[in-house]
Amino acid sequence: MPSWIPTVKADDVEAEDVAPFTHGGTEYAIYRSPDDEYFASDGFCTHEAEMLCRGFVMGHEIECPRHNGRFDYRTGKALGAPVLVGLRTYPTRVVDGVVEIDLD
Amino acid sequence: MGRERLAQYALDSPAGRQALDSGLSGAQWFHSEVPRKRLKELMARSDGPAIRDTVIWVGLMVVCAAAGGVLWVHGHPWAAVPLLLVYGVLYGSGGDSRWHEAGHGTAFRTRWMDTAVYQLACFMMMRDPTAYRWGHTRHHTDTLIVGRDPEIQAMRPARLVRMLANLFGLYDVPVSLGKMLLHAAGRLTTDEADTIPEQERFRTYRTARLWSLVYAATLATAVVTSSWLPLLLVGGPRMYGTFMHIVYGLTQHAGLGENVLDHRLNTRSVRMNVVNRFLYWNMNFHVEHHMFPMVPYHRLPELHEQIKGDLAPMYPSIWAAYRELVPAVLRQLKDQSYYVRRDLPPGAAPYYEPAVAVPPSL
Repeated sequence: MPSWIPTVKADDVEAEDVAPFTHGGTEYAIYRSPDDEYFASDGFCTHEAEMLCRGFVMGHEIECPRHNGRFDYRTGKALGAPVLVGLRTYPTRVVDGVVEIDLD
Repeated sequence: MGRERLAQYALDSPAGRQALDSGLSGAQWFHSEVPRKRLKELMARSDGPAIRDTVIWVGLMVVCAAAGGVLWVHGHPWAAVPLLLVYGVLYGSGGDSRWHEAGHGTAFRTRWMDTAVYQLACFMMMRDPTAYRWGHTRHHTDTLIVGRDPEIQAMRPARLVRMLANLFGLYDVPVSLGKMLLHAAGRLTTDEADTIPEQERFRTYRTARLWSLVYAATLATAVVTSSWLPLLLVGGPRMYGTFMHIVYGLTQHAGLGENVLDHRLNTRSVRMNVVNRFLYWNMNFHVEHHMFPMVPYHRLPELHEQIKGDLAPMYPSIWAAYRELVPAVLRQLKDQSYYVRRDLPPGAAPYYEPAVAVPPSL
């Protein structure tokens, strides 16, 4: 069963940007792609515990603010050193202007 | 005392373990507040500036090497010297900043361009692309944390002979060539084993085998042609043209704080003229770079303007930086607790000095 959790207002995330979201003491990152699709992942870089919401979104990649490690935030795929482990990603949907993520 | 303290800089030292155990390693660092919208503008990538600079950099090297080479083989070696010196500085000093910027992946927008310049610069500087990527990653995680940062140049006490010898690569080059042969044999140093993940190590071995062939071919060409020219063009510039990268590099951290969590305490930003900034690719804005490594080199002057209210004034020149760092490094020969601590301007965010910084045994 999906477990949809409301996160941030869709309009609060700029196109090609990322926003933080905390739920149950866990950090998540909510992305809006250049073509206005929404994606979600764990909030911390898998290399060292740096918050990705402070990072840089370029196209469909998120770059960690500390060591410039990059992930494809659509799939969580790590795109090369210094990140070697992929990000966990979550399904998203927009309901009444709010981005929801499925944590199940 | 000095010898014991120097041993603490090894990555397998008790100091490194203590930094890990205390939470000093991998801690959060101070960042100036920059509005998200403005930071996004500053982080934006473009190919234009780095393509322009790379065309000039490579173009000058090709012209100087070709003209110098022609003069050399036609019996005018002294006329070739100025041209080869320019070539050598672009290679042995300019290569350092290109290694750094392309290694961060911020110089260009297009990924393969960063990769190409990174590989070229690594070869020029005799730095294994994998080992130095991981080493530099650690440098950014634990900048000047004793026993964690593999890139500390001016230790306490400073190894002055080594530092001076490296103006001409007299320490680094033999060590680098030795490491290349070690890697080619499928082995790593202790420090490298501490920073390079297992699954990345094959890249180091593969690169070393390729580079060994290139250097062997260069040496063979020099012997067969009975000429120094091949060595002056490949490998040699890492010695005769490397002095400027040492001059620039020592301004970054020498004489400043260790085991702190605020880059304003352990890093310098220094004003430089347009030639030096071209060679150094704006790494003179070093506090800014460490605080926000996602900002490309060509936007660092704007980042400086954005956050300068939090920073001690930039040193007005390389000379001014050396007037401070040389006495500081000399004083640290006897007093390893000493470091330069600058006053922040009125209204600046205070230094971030949580209790975890500066473990008592250091």
